[in-house]
Amino acid sequence: MARSVTTRHKVTATAAAWVVALIIFFPILYTLITSIKTEPEAIAGFSLWPSGTFENYITVQTQRDYFKPFMNSVILSVGSTILALIIAIPSAWAMAFSPTKRTKDILMWMLSTKMMPAVAVLVPIYLMFRDFGLLDSRIGLTVMLTLINLPIVVWMLYTYFREIPGEILEASRMDGAGLWQEIVYVLTPMAVPGIASTLLLNIILAWNESFWTIRLSTTNAAPLTAFIASFSSPQGLFWAKLSAASTMAIAPILILGWFSQKQLVRGLTFGAVK
Amino acid sequence: MATQNTKTLARLMMAPSVLLLLVWMIVPLAMTLWFSFQNYNLLDPSNVSFTGLFNYQFFYTDPAFFQSIWNTLVIVVGVLLITVIGGIAIALLLDQPIFGQGIVRILVISPFFVMPPVAALIWKNMIMHPGYGVLADINKFFGLQPVDWFARYPLFSIVIIVAWQWLPFATLILLTALQSLDGEQKEAAEMDGANFLSRFIYLVLPHLARAITVVILIQTIFLLGVYAEILVTTNGGPGYASTNLAFLIYRTALLGYDVGGASAGGIIAVVLANIVAFFLMRAVGKNLDR
Repeated sequence: MARSVTTRHKVTATAAAWVVALIIFFPILYTLITSIKTEPEAIAGFSLWPSGTFENYITVQTQRDYFKPFMNSVILSVGSTILALIIAIPSAWAMAFSPTKRTKDILMWMLSTKMMPAVAVLVPIYLMFRDFGLLDSRIGLTVMLTLINLPIVVWMLYTYFREIPGEILEASRMDGAGLWQEIVYVLTPMAVPGIASTLLLNIILAWNESFWTIRLSTTNAAPLTAFIASFSSPQGLFWAKLSAASTMAIAPILILGWFSQKQLVRGLTFGAVK
Repeated sequence: MATQNTKTLARLMMAPSVLLLLVWMIVPLAMTLWFSFQNYNLLDPSNVSFTGLFNYQFFYTDPAFFQSIWNTLVIVVGVLLITVIGGIAIALLLDQPIFGQGIVRILVISPFFVMPPVAALIWKNMIMHPGYGVLADINKFFGLQPVDWFARYPLFSIVIIVAWQWLPFATLILLTALQSLDGEQKEAAEMDGANFLSRFIYLVLPHLARAITVVILIQTIFLLGVYAEILVTTNGGPGYASTNLAFLIYRTALLGYDVGGASAGGIIAVVLANIVAFFLMRAVGKNLDR
């Protein structure tokens, strides 16, 4: 090895990296700790030693019916993602396997729809939702989230599908595979990892979307983003209960996110950085 | 070797997403444009009339408008400075051989997955609260007066919260780019006696150039529309001190019921976003030609 890494160098770097990592992670860690404190403990000044009560989690559920916004978040994020995949898979497929001169323009145009500031169309969308009775409905929000994320879904799928070598299709055709066999035995296995990563990243994006979900819902269809945002007024929950609600709101997606680090870079940079 | 048949099939496969996005882009935008020339207040919906450019003039002469444009710029530039410089520094650190690299990475990227309302409330109540926040505890420990962050530095506080959310994104992307740097090149430069600074300026930074561009452009798109963080912390105040353009339009539309005025603001926001989008499209488009 040309460059020997001294142990001292490694220890210094390790110490520095852990300090930085813990500072960045601290707000989340402290929320977790506060969520298992009692209310008096939570406002009694800085302490990393909670008494370890799970009472807050139970209170949040019983008093504020936490389960409902949680289920709404699940339904909206998973529903909109699946809907977007159903619409996007055929187009990404067509663009990747039979590209034309205009494919690139279409892709760029799709991306450009993502640049439209949400707030610019707040008024017409709000009025349309009101007139069609879609305000505070799960269907309306699902459609909304689908449309917002559709360009990213098409793009991600396209960058994955593009990497499936075309020669493999020709080879299977030479071996006498029909179109159906080609799709089931050759293409699907190669496309599944890409579709799975797209699904994962898109669920994360939909789960955390905090403009339309807050503005277009009140109680019935309100997902966790709107539920948590309603605690911004002081008469909301207290510290420890708010921490418990926050922990439950971010935990599922935090864990999903840890598993999708690599895809995240690729998906959010539209394949520009891998 | 695409036959006419496969071409038709490809068009059919693309039709749903293209049509949906076309409708999604044109209809609401056309409505916003239409409303922006109307005198239309939700409190008096029967009395709608054409007003020409009055809404734009009204929006333009409102002192809150310039304040909100300035605040939007401060948020975008402030967060970009913190995340890009911080991201490069942290990415360089995480690129070193360290114990527990996997866990460190997980800890560092975590804030990105925290939904904006939660992130804002954590910072508002747990960290920056003048009575019970951790920063106040630290100040008290050193015998200093706790700072009421959101009252005294509302915009700065929001920049800090948003930067915390986006620092992981910048770090992760820059780290990924850094790891694709050829190890042999680094060794060669080291053997030629290049010190850390010149290696960084002449080797690492040029290599990171594209990743940095992508980080800046993608973040800018999201940062122009910061909303939930403002809603749950300062609600745009005190006064208009932390109101950005997105928040001002929301205020005009849903709190002021002024459809025409909010639409004019929306069109201004579209123009601003398009200027940024133009550069992003060029950067991403170049990558397609590779």
